[in-house]
Amino acid sequence: MMISCEKAANICDKAQYKEASGWDRIKLKFHLLICKTCAKHSKDNTKLTSLCNQANLSVLTDDEKKKMKESFSKVK
Amino acid sequence: METNNLNPDKWVDLYADYLFNYAVTRVSDAEIAKDLVQDTFIAGLKSAKNFKGDAAERTWLIAILKRKVIDHYRKINSKKGKAEVRMSYSSQTDAEGDWIEERIADPNSNFENDAIENEELGLAIQNCISKLPKKQAQVFTMKTIEGMETEDICNALGINASNLWVMIHRARTGLMGCLNQNWF
Repeated sequence: MMISCEKAANICDKAQYKEASGWDRIKLKFHLLICKTCAKHSKDNTKLTSLCNQANLSVLTDDEKKKMKESFSKVK
Repeated sequence: METNNLNPDKWVDLYADYLFNYAVTRVSDAEIAKDLVQDTFIAGLKSAKNFKGDAAERTWLIAILKRKVIDHYRKINSKKGKAEVRMSYSSQTDAEGDWIEERIADPNSNFENDAIENEELGLAIQNCISKLPKKQAQVFTMKTIEGMETEDICNALGINASNLWVMIHRARTGLMGCLNQNWF
């Protein structure tokens, strides 16, 4: 039941991508009850996830960038 | 003041995503946004000798992109027939006969502000990502923005899962610090 802060941070990161198992999440919740530092980190981490979702970011794929570079080097 | 130099070989890697996000919020079409970014790089290269070095490279490129966006709207508006403005009272035909007062903006709505804020947020995040070490930025982008599976990223980059989570953790901690002043 007791986990280290490193382990808690790791579960917290995984939870941001919905990849933490149920039992891990319970252990994390328990850790957050007794560790203020991790609780703060976890809160900020979750906030970061929601900010990223809210911003609705988009990126160019590597393929698109490669094509861009090719046509770019033709001009040079 | 330090002078800035242009480094066109790295433009695509360093600024493509940032410029793309800027463009896509303005033209709302990924394909057009991509073309605009491409045009920006080419225009930047052509006028590189005019770069005085008193602005950062990215600021300078954004300034070019701004012009490109304006040009884009000019072009689509100059097509024949577009100059004629046709006002229709409502786009929904079944709303015909409704009072025009019902169609004005809701003064209590903050939907528009949200859009502006989200755009700023997007650029702020993109800016912070670009400050991360390259590998961390890459892993974070693949995982968070492209939404790739952990396993696929590991295969693509030749790393194992615990490497990946370490990098994700560092990237996230870095981003929290970077966004801290304005967004938390």
